Amino acid sequence: MSRTAIPVRTADRPLPRPPLKKRAQAFGLWLLTFLLMVIMCVPGLWVVLSAFRPNREILAKPPIWVPETLTLNNFAKIFGIGQDQVAIPVLAYFSNSLIIALTSTVIALIIGMSGGYAFARYRFRFKGGIFLGLMLFRAVPGIALSLPIFMVWSRLGLIDAKLGLIIVYISLNVPFTIWLIDGFFRQIPMSLSEAAQVDGCTRWQAFWKIEFPLARSGIAAAGVFAFLTSWNEYALASQLTRSTDSKTLPVGLMDFTAQFTIDWAGMCAMAVIIIVPALIMTFLVQKHLIAGLTFGGVKG
Amino acid sequence: MAGISIRAVEKAYGAVRVVHGIDLEIAHEEFVVLVGPSGCGKSTTLRMIAGLEDISGGDVWIGQTRVNDLPPRKRNISMVFQNYALYPHMNVRDNLGFGLRIAGQSPQVVTERVNEAAGILGLSELLDRTPAELSGGQRQRVAMGRAIVRHPDAFLFDEPLSNLDAKLRGQMRAEIKKLHQKVRTTVVYVTHDQVEAMTLADRIVVMRDGHIEQVGTPMQVFNHPVNTFVATFIGSPPMNLLPAVIHEGQVLLRDGSLVPVPARLRAKTHEGQDVVLGIRPDDICPVGHGLGETDEGTDIALTVDLAEPLGMESLIYTSIAGQEVQAKLYGPRIVQASETLSFRLALDRAHLFDAATTRSLDVL
Ligand SMILES: Nc1ncnc2c1ncn2[C@@H]1O[C@H](COP(=O)(O)OP(=O)(O)O)[C@@H](O)[C@H]1O
Ligand SMILES: [Mg+2]
Repeated sequence: MSRTAIPVRTADRPLPRPPLKKRAQAFGLWLLTFLLMVIMCVPGLWVVLSAFRPNREILAKPPIWVPETLTLNNFAKIFGIGQDQVAIPVLAYFSNSLIIALTSTVIALIIGMSGGYAFARYRFRFKGGIFLGLMLFRAVPGIALSLPIFMVWSRLGLIDAKLGLIIVYISLNVPFTIWLIDGFFRQIPMSLSEAAQVDGCTRWQAFWKIEFPLARSGIAAAGVFAFLTSWNEYALASQLTRSTDSKTLPVGLMDFTAQFTIDWAGMCAMAVIIIVPALIMTFLVQKHLIAGLTFGGVKG
Repeated sequence: MAGISIRAVEKAYGAVRVVHGIDLEIAHEEFVVLVGPSGCGKSTTLRMIAGLEDISGGDVWIGQTRVNDLPPRKRNISMVFQNYALYPHMNVRDNLGFGLRIAGQSPQVVTERVNEAAGILGLSELLDRTPAELSGGQRQRVAMGRAIVRHPDAFLFDEPLSNLDAKLRGQMRAEIKKLHQKVRTTVVYVTHDQVEAMTLADRIVVMRDGHIEQVGTPMQVFNHPVNTFVATFIGSPPMNLLPAVIHEGQVLLRDGSLVPVPARLRAKTHEGQDVVLGIRPDDICPVGHGLGETDEGTDIALTVDLAEPLGMESLIYTSIAGQEVQAKLYGPRIVQASETLSFRLALDRAHLFDAATTRSLDVL
C-alpha cells in the first residue's frame, strides 16, 4: 500500500514547484531586460525629446519632465529656415557623412566578403597568423592611432579630405567584416558549392548563385555594423577634418559649442538628424540582421 | 556511351599519400560500388572522378576523354552527396532544374525534364516545397532527381544513404537499384556498408588504405575473397578465422584438433605451413540444420555459449580451439546455452589463407 503511495507523492511534490520557479525566473529576466532597456533608452529618448523643446525648457531647474511646449524651431534653425538661423552647414556635413560612411562600408564589405570567403574556404600559409593579426589590429583603440595617421595623412595631403576618412574607416571595419562574414561562409557546407559546380557552374557562378545568397544575412549584418561605425565615429574624424569639405555630422555637433555657451537644443536636433538614418538603415535590414546575429541557431 | 577508366591514379595531400595508384575499368551502364572502411580513400577517389579534387598522378578517362584537367562542369557527371547538398534557398523545382538552367536550356525543356525526373522519383507533389520542408527520404530523392535531370554520362554517389534510419535506408537502396534499371547510366557508388555493396553492385571494389584489395561481382567477392581482409569485411556476421598449421595433410588447430584440408586446396599446401582457416558462420551448422547440405564436411562437437534466435535462423556463439566462433542454425530448433551439439563444417566452402601474407591459397 505504502509502496504505491510513496512514489506518487515523490512524483507529485516536485511538480508544482518548477512552474513557480520558472515564472519567477521569467519575471526576473523580464525585469532585468526592462531595467537594461531603460538605462539604454532613456538618454536617447531625452535627446529626442530635447530636440523638440526650446532651450529654456531644457535647462530649467528643477527639470521639466513632461514637455510643455513642443516645437520644430530647432530643426528650422539648423536648416536655415525662419528668422533666427544657426550658421551650421548641416547639409554639407550630412552629405559628407553619407558619402564617407557608404563608400567605406561598401569597400569594407567587398574586402570582407573576399577575405571572409578566403579564410573560410582556402588553406594558405600563415592563415592563422594573418587572422590573429587582423583581430589584434581591431583591439587597438582608434584614437591611439590618430597621431601617426595624422602625420602620414598630412604628408599625403589627406587631411581634411573625404578620402582620408574613408581609408581610415575601411581599415577600422575590415577586420570585423572579415571575421563576421568568415563565420557565415563557414556555416555553408562546401558540398553546396561543389554540387553547383558539378551541376555546371564555374566556381564564380557557384559563389554568386549559391553561397552569396545563403550568406546574405551575415553580409547585411556586417554592412550595418560597418555603416554605423563609420557614421557615428567622432574621435578620429575630429582630428582629420577641418572644413565643410570633409567634416562629418558627429564632428559638426561640436559647432554648437561656443566659448561660453552650448546650444543644447540645436545639438539635440542635430543628434536626431544623425540617429534617424541609422535607425532607418537598421530597420531596413532588420530581418537579415536578426538572422545574422543568431547565426548557428538556424539550420537548413 | 561512357565508361570510366581509372589508370594508376594517385592522391597525395602534401607528403601524405592517401590513394596509391589504383587501376579500375568501369563499363558503360555498369553499377560499381567502392566499399571499404572509413578513411580508405573511397571519397577521395570519387571526388577525383568528379573533378572536385586534383589528381596527383595517373589518368581518369570518362568515355573517350581524359578529364584530369577538366573542371567538374565539363565532365558531364552528376553527384549525390552524403548530406544531399540541396540548395536551401530554392524549392524542389528550382533545385531539380538548376543544372539545366545553368546549361542554358529553354524554360520548356527545363519544365519537361524536371517533371520527368519528378515523376520517376515520386516528387511531383513536392515541387513547391523547400528542402527544409522535406523528410530525410524526400531530400534524398530530390538529390537523386537533381542527378538524373541532366542525363549525365555517369552518376557518382558518396554514401548517399548513411544519414537515413535503417528502414528508410533499405527502401532507398531498393529505389536506387530500380532507378539504375530505369535510366541505365554508369554508376560509381561509395559506401562503407558491405550490405549496400552486395545488394547494389554489378561489381564491388574493396578498398583498404588507398589500395584496391579486390574487384569482382558480389558473389565472387563473397565466395572467393582474395585475403583475410576481404573475407572479414564482406559478409555479416564476418567470416571466422582460425590460425592453424598444416600437419600431415590436415589442418592442425591450436588446441591440437585436426580438420581435413579442403580437397581443392590439397595441392597448394605443404607440411608446416602457417595458415588461417576461414569459414563463414553459414558454413558451420548443426547436422541437419544447415541450408545447403555439403558433400565435403567434417563433424565437430561444439558447446553453445549463447544462442540468438532471429526467427528463421539462430546465430550461435561457440568456440573452436579456444577461439570464439559464430555458427548458424536454420529452422525451428531452439538451442540452450551450454548444450553440446554436433556441427558440420562445410569444407568445400572453407578457405585457407597464408598466415604471413593473409592471401588466400586459392589465388596463389
Ligand atoms: N583535405 C585533406 N587533407 C589531408 N588529408 C585528407 C584530406 N581529405 C581526406 N584526407 C585523408 O585521406 C584519407 C581518405 O579520405 P576519404 O577518401 O575521405 O576516405 P573515405 O571516404 O574512404 O572514408 C583519410 O585518411 C583522410 O584523413
Ligand atoms: Mg567518405
